[in-house]
Amino acid sequence: MIQAGEPAPDFTLRNQDGEKVSLSDFRGEKVLLVFYPLDFSPVCSDQLSVYQEVKPEIETKGVRMIGISVDSGFAHKAFQEKLGIDTPLLADFEPKGEVARAYGAYIEKTGHANRSLVLVDEEGTVEWVHESPTPLEIPGANLIFDALSPDA
Amino acid sequence: MIVYADLGCAHCAAAWTEIAARPAQIVFRHFPVASKHPRSPALHAAAEAAGLQGHFFEMVDSLYADRGHVDDPHLWQRAERLDLDLERFEANRRSPEVEARVRRDFESGIRAGVTTTPALFSSEGRV
Repeated sequence: MIQAGEPAPDFTLRNQDGEKVSLSDFRGEKVLLVFYPLDFSPVCSDQLSVYQEVKPEIETKGVRMIGISVDSGFAHKAFQEKLGIDTPLLADFEPKGEVARAYGAYIEKTGHANRSLVLVDEEGTVEWVHESPTPLEIPGANLIFDALSPDA
Repeated sequence: MIVYADLGCAHCAAAWTEIAARPAQIVFRHFPVASKHPRSPALHAAAEAAGLQGHFFEMVDSLYADRGHVDDPHLWQRAERLDLDLERFEANRRSPEVEARVRRDFESGIRAGVTTTPALFSSEGRV
């Protein structure tokens, strides 16, 4: 798994609407990459639903939140609509898991990303990383706020 | 025992009878996940408003027992069955104070790391 202090690998993936999104598009802003295994799986659904409830507070702190999984853009669109969320979801679809691999977040055995959070600072350097011990364990949103306010 | 629960959540409804029967004082904390259950905020506001007239847990029991009838007219029926002052119930459930109370509970759950419901905490920690 990538570590704090390392440069965050740039990438270009398509979002749920088929639009190309690059990490470098957000230079000058903090970005929280939310790697998760699969759309529509129970644990992923709970995680993104809870994050949706605190997304305004996260954005108030100048952070853009982006979800990444190996699902296609079509699945992402349906997943967004099903959950009622507007967090952008990027399709790490082809080559499968290439971005997750670049971040050390890909599980070869199961063919999907792990469950991890990567906070990238305004200059494109990894500031903070949290990897769930298992894909079944959801990182609480409190971890995100703690990472954003380490001196609090 | 502190229970973070979502009144729109099927898992919470299924677990509620068992939770409520536990030999411990239950402290209910609102944890509506609106994106997943769009009516949840209204249901939590209704429970809180019922609580202001002394019938919080009766309203919670009612909402979990019948999750299929949760529109406003159904909430009024529930309030009437509990003999609540309907005008006061309505004013309270739509008030910024009730909204703030629900939100305060939710944020405490976020700080405690709650990600799924129901989430139970005892004096020993997360159950």
